[in-house]
Amino acid sequence: MIDKEVVSVAEAVADVFDGATVMIGGFGEAGSPIELIHALIDQGATDLTVINNNTGSGEVGLAALIKAGRVSKMICSYPRSTNSTVFPDQYRSGHTALELVPQGTLAERIRAGGAGIPAFYTPSAVGTPLGEGLERRTFDGRDYLMVLGLTADFALIKGRVADRHGNVVYNKTARNFSPLMATAAATTVVQAASVVSAGELDPEVIVTPGIFVHRVVAVANPAHESALIAAGASYP
Amino acid sequence: MSEHSTVTGLTRDEMAQRCALDIPDGSYVNLGIGIPELVAAHVPEGREFIYHTENGLLGMGPSPEPGAGDPELINAGKRQVTANPGAAYFNHADSFVMIRGGHLDLCVLGALQVSQSGDLANWSTGAPGAIPAVGGAMDLVAGVKTVYLITQHTTRNGEPKLVESCSFPLTGLGVVDRIYTDLAVIDVVDEGFQVVELSPGVSFEYVQERTGAPLIPADAGTCG
Repeated sequence: MIDKEVVSVAEAVADVFDGATVMIGGFGEAGSPIELIHALIDQGATDLTVINNNTGSGEVGLAALIKAGRVSKMICSYPRSTNSTVFPDQYRSGHTALELVPQGTLAERIRAGGAGIPAFYTPSAVGTPLGEGLERRTFDGRDYLMVLGLTADFALIKGRVADRHGNVVYNKTARNFSPLMATAAATTVVQAASVVSAGELDPEVIVTPGIFVHRVVAVANPAHESALIAAGASYP
Repeated sequence: MSEHSTVTGLTRDEMAQRCALDIPDGSYVNLGIGIPELVAAHVPEGREFIYHTENGLLGMGPSPEPGAGDPELINAGKRQVTANPGAAYFNHADSFVMIRGGHLDLCVLGALQVSQSGDLANWSTGAPGAIPAVGGAMDLVAGVKTVYLITQHTTRNGEPKLVESCSFPLTGLGVVDRIYTDLAVIDVVDEGFQVVELSPGVSFEYVQERTGAPLIPADAGTCG
């Protein structure tokens, strides 16, 4: 019987290894799997390459993982936050490298990685510093850049409801990169506010089909990053 | 400093209002962070715009009532918003299919510099030690059919933002169609910057003095 549910966030991230590439869902705090990230901090894996649109806020969630010194490289589009100096500090000290990618290119690189497409051409960033060094080709008189698909060892994502097959639905704009990341990682781990039996989710509304998901863990009342920051929280 | 004393040209709100006048009814629009966001408050009577935010919402509505928001319903600036009736959520790849695939009619962005050939610099001043951050700007200018800018005509130090060629790192080459500043509405045409309209009480010479490239008067008639 297929049952992808695991009992704890600790078990869900137990095999993340040093040097792993980890995609983490979320755009700002929307969709950020804070409990899985905190479990990863507890677990201790380091020298991680992390793929997320941002670099976290305050000193919780992704920012806490970076602050703990576990991230050797960030691949993201917008590593700036009004209320966190964690990434800038790690970047300036040389501890965390940065690969800056236009947001749409980042999304499509992840989609391509999950779809078995090794590379594709995009018009974004032509003639800009972010296009330097990339192979250029002209189609129908317009210039495009070749960029590579992205895959990862793990994806950590947050859903609203999941079932034991790994089918997932999301909450509003918390969906963002997560359905793409689920397809692009060797092991995709989903935390969901509720985990239901197979058949309870309407097949017409499932956003991430279970084939892309390997582990599901219930986190009944997930924390919101902004609430933690407002309360002055830091992790650990 | 009094709000009403020596200010020449339009306020931020008036710039946004002027821009909104040019957006056709039924347009699918992406508004950048900053002054462009103010456009949403000035939709002309009888028109409906559908707002796209690149983090996965079409049909974005205004900020929620205090206490009624959801931290997972936000815009690209990471502020809480609402979803209008008829709204749709989608993933990031689909969101940039809308952008890069040319499905959005218009985007309104901010600017650090814009050149007379329509090159835009709006993500980095290239200052040493600055953390570079680009977001979706490069995809928007590469894919959206029409690109409008709303920006102050000069920097806080009085330096022109409309220039012959950008010194800051580019966002895109030859992508800008029209610029709304506090002093004028200016089109980017084949020959350079063409004034479409001057703000009330502002002369052509006054705008030219604050522009880093030659301006073509409104009545010069070009083929751009």
